[in-house]
Amino acid sequence: MSQQRLLAWLLPAIAAICLAGTALAADLATLVTNLTTGGYSERGDAIEALAASGEARAAPILQALSAGQLYVRPSDKLVVIGKGEGKSIELSDAITGKPAGTASEDDLERVKINNRLRGTIEAAMGSLTLMSPDPSVRRSAANSLFTRRDASSLESLDKALAAEKDPGIKRVMEQARAAVVLASDAPDAQKIAAIAIVRDRADADSLGVLQTVIASASGPVKEAATAAASSVRQSLKAWEAAQNVWYGISLGSVLLLAAIGLAITFGTMGVINMAHGEMVMLGAYTTFVVQQVLRSAAPGLMEASVVIALPLAFLVSGVVGVVIERTIIRFLYGRALDTLLATWGLSLVLQQAVRSLFGPTNREVSSPSWMSGSFHVGQIDVTYGRLWIVIFALIVFALLMLLLRRTPLGLYMRAVTQNRPMASAMGIRTPRVDALTFGLGSGIAGLAGVALSQIDNVSPNLGQGYIVDSFMVVVFGGVGNLFGTLVGATALGIVNKFLEPYAGAVLGKILVLVFIILFIQRRPRGLFALKGRAVE
Amino acid sequence: MKLGSMIRTGLVAAGLVTAAATGASAQETIKVGILHSLSGTMAISETTLKDVMLMLIDQQNKKGGLLGKKLEAVVVDPASNWPLFAEKARELLQKDKVAAVFGCWTSVSRKSVLPVFEELNGLLFYPVQYEGQESQKNVFYTGAAPNQQAIPAVDYLMSKDGGEVKRWVLAGTDYVYPRTTNKILEAYLKQKGVKQEDIMINYTPFGHSDWQSIVADIKKFGSAGKKTAVVSTINGDANVPFYKELGNQGIKAKDIPVVAFSVGEEELAGIDTKPLVGHLAAWNYFESIKTPANEAFIKEWHDFTKNPKRTTNDPMEAHYIGFNMWVEAVKKAGSTEPSKVIPALIGVKVPNLTGGISEMLPDHHITKPVFIGEIEANGQFDVVWKTKDLVPGVAWSPILDDSKNLIADWTPPISCGNYDKVAKKCIGSGK
Repeated sequence: MSQQRLLAWLLPAIAAICLAGTALAADLATLVTNLTTGGYSERGDAIEALAASGEARAAPILQALSAGQLYVRPSDKLVVIGKGEGKSIELSDAITGKPAGTASEDDLERVKINNRLRGTIEAAMGSLTLMSPDPSVRRSAANSLFTRRDASSLESLDKALAAEKDPGIKRVMEQARAAVVLASDAPDAQKIAAIAIVRDRADADSLGVLQTVIASASGPVKEAATAAASSVRQSLKAWEAAQNVWYGISLGSVLLLAAIGLAITFGTMGVINMAHGEMVMLGAYTTFVVQQVLRSAAPGLMEASVVIALPLAFLVSGVVGVVIERTIIRFLYGRALDTLLATWGLSLVLQQAVRSLFGPTNREVSSPSWMSGSFHVGQIDVTYGRLWIVIFALIVFALLMLLLRRTPLGLYMRAVTQNRPMASAMGIRTPRVDALTFGLGSGIAGLAGVALSQIDNVSPNLGQGYIVDSFMVVVFGGVGNLFGTLVGATALGIVNKFLEPYAGAVLGKILVLVFIILFIQRRPRGLFALKGRAVE
Repeated sequence: MKLGSMIRTGLVAAGLVTAAATGASAQETIKVGILHSLSGTMAISETTLKDVMLMLIDQQNKKGGLLGKKLEAVVVDPASNWPLFAEKARELLQKDKVAAVFGCWTSVSRKSVLPVFEELNGLLFYPVQYEGQESQKNVFYTGAAPNQQAIPAVDYLMSKDGGEVKRWVLAGTDYVYPRTTNKILEAYLKQKGVKQEDIMINYTPFGHSDWQSIVADIKKFGSAGKKTAVVSTINGDANVPFYKELGNQGIKAKDIPVVAFSVGEEELAGIDTKPLVGHLAAWNYFESIKTPANEAFIKEWHDFTKNPKRTTNDPMEAHYIGFNMWVEAVKKAGSTEPSKVIPALIGVKVPNLTGGISEMLPDHHITKPVFIGEIEANGQFDVVWKTKDLVPGVAWSPILDDSKNLIADWTPPISCGNYDKVAKKCIGSGK
């Protein structure tokens, strides 16, 4: 008897559960179909509905949609997530996650989104991914909730805070919670406490949050927010100055690389080499050629293409430099204006030669992955590419100083710079030293070209943008003095970067030029002048 | 002796006949001038326009030429050097005696050649979007005026779909086009209620490569709590390091979108576009628009250049429209004389590549549709908004005080490029 009664309510219960299960699955299917139909506003509503549904599959589906990896297969209208590009994309069913074969990108219809929908997805994902097992995902979810300040995420934040073990992520979540409190109707005391938490975050986003609070609040909350905002502003100003110093150092390192070769040739031989920019350009094109060769012959080595290009660029530019010295400069020693004219003509010849060989349009040199992206030091953004260029410039400088101080060639170069006739009388073969010096200076310009190919366009006119700056640095720092070039380049870089926010890029450059002209009037020899009897 | 003098006469006669023949065959071509930079900072944008003109001329010759004669292309390279544009224009008109010139990109290059075209009564088809505030008798503007590109782009950004932007960064290269366009945009934004402190304007020289501080400034300006967008009139290859720096500093399109007016498929061909997905451009044509006319054009382009990866872009479509309009007008006028072709051009209608019919208006501008596209990972654009109908180009901006009363109308009785409709008189040269 009791068994029958058990069955009587067990069977309908099981049936109800099965129905509910299919209903749930049907819900998810409807939600996903709504994602793929309609215009952009309907899609926005569908995204929010999917996120609010609490389905486990919602997060991966929305992630794929945001990354442009959600497709509809036209043959059976199946909504799929595709991994990969081009002709063979691996598909998986969006709803179940099971593999669904492969297809070519041309045969699939991508579910398209625009910027506003990307924002909507990010807001929706923020709540969904707070409990993700991956700590970096949790951190970015908390950060995006901080900027979104969506009052509805308070619950999920509280839940996540209770479960969070990592102190760093916990702090970000508390900041996000504080921002959300500020956007809600919480009592004043809670808001003032939240303002203190936001103030301690002290970055540009927190300033934005505080400014919206100031705009909409009144009374003690407004006072607290105003005070917090001004303290954040001060701290940001200090970081901004530090940021400008970093930018100045990075610009200075570029100037240093371009100018140091010129400092050697100008300093040792008194030769005004207007083709120096083209030596830089040749180095950049060497990098391009190395990349092209590696791309077809050894794609696995592409990440190291820049490093491989370094010695090659040095050789190419160095050899060209030695050839120039032996064929043209040698006959024009002591005739400074003639050298200037001859090297100017040479620069035009070199530009046109490269233009004829490689074409007049820019050439693409891609950055290896270890030179892309950036990281934060406090409130400063440091890009990897610029960081490596600064390190590289310092290494080149150190090696050059080593060469000059510790090697015989360096000794001969210094001797010839200080007193040519005496050096010759001591048995130093000055013509050979001259050729090698010119080759060395040009080779270093080639190294600079490798670095510049990462941050500037590689075109036949690349050198023209740096020749004037190089001469400015050399003249400002003191001709013939390497240390002067280092100080001059860094100083000019920092001054330029501090002027730029106020005067703009164009006026900033003009002011720096005017400053150098005035400086040279007072100290014609530059910052660190060479002293000695024979220096004329 | 007799044999010798006979041979000599024979040779002279042969020489004369050959000369006459070459002279006659030289007269049988109509010369078309192509004035685009093939080197220098603008080569990245202009080289492909030279190539599309060569294709159009080649196609017209295959159809039998024009007025029974073959067309001959005369290509010169003004090398992104603005005064050289004027010299080369003079060379094309005086020495080569071209019937029409298709050329220029930057407004400064166009302004340099205007006096030459006026003096020598030449004919210039200018295919690039520009700042307006101009309508010259000898120039036909097949690119967008500000009301066909800049203003709709700002309207889109202010709309819900565009993100309801409240703070604006107007970043441009330092020359006449960005300066004038930004003047118009600033006045327009203020008309729409945007406050001065919510507008940041910034100019950089051509070829500027160190964007660190400026991009950091944009980031700072954009984190004041209001939605910020950048309206970019940066021209030439300075765009490449600009977008690279945006990618490096992690500025994503959903946070601070950048809408560019001078960046198309060609400029994106040399950059890694994955970090740029979602940034925008406003044009009157995109390669990704699927119409039969566009697909045929792209196929012909790939066959002509023997490169299936070559992109097409808006200024190429403008040359397509301008060239076809010129051919129609020459047929209508029965001659290639500019004084006959110029009046014949007004009212000419030719199909464009996006399924519409473009018409040449009395102010020497044409009707064009407006598209806003987002950059995709493969360097193509995805159209996110478009106008229902074609928008007629307006030369003089009604937003600026010194041009709101001006219209351009080259048909009689007005026949003037800057006619003040309030004072009812022609301010410019006219006629």
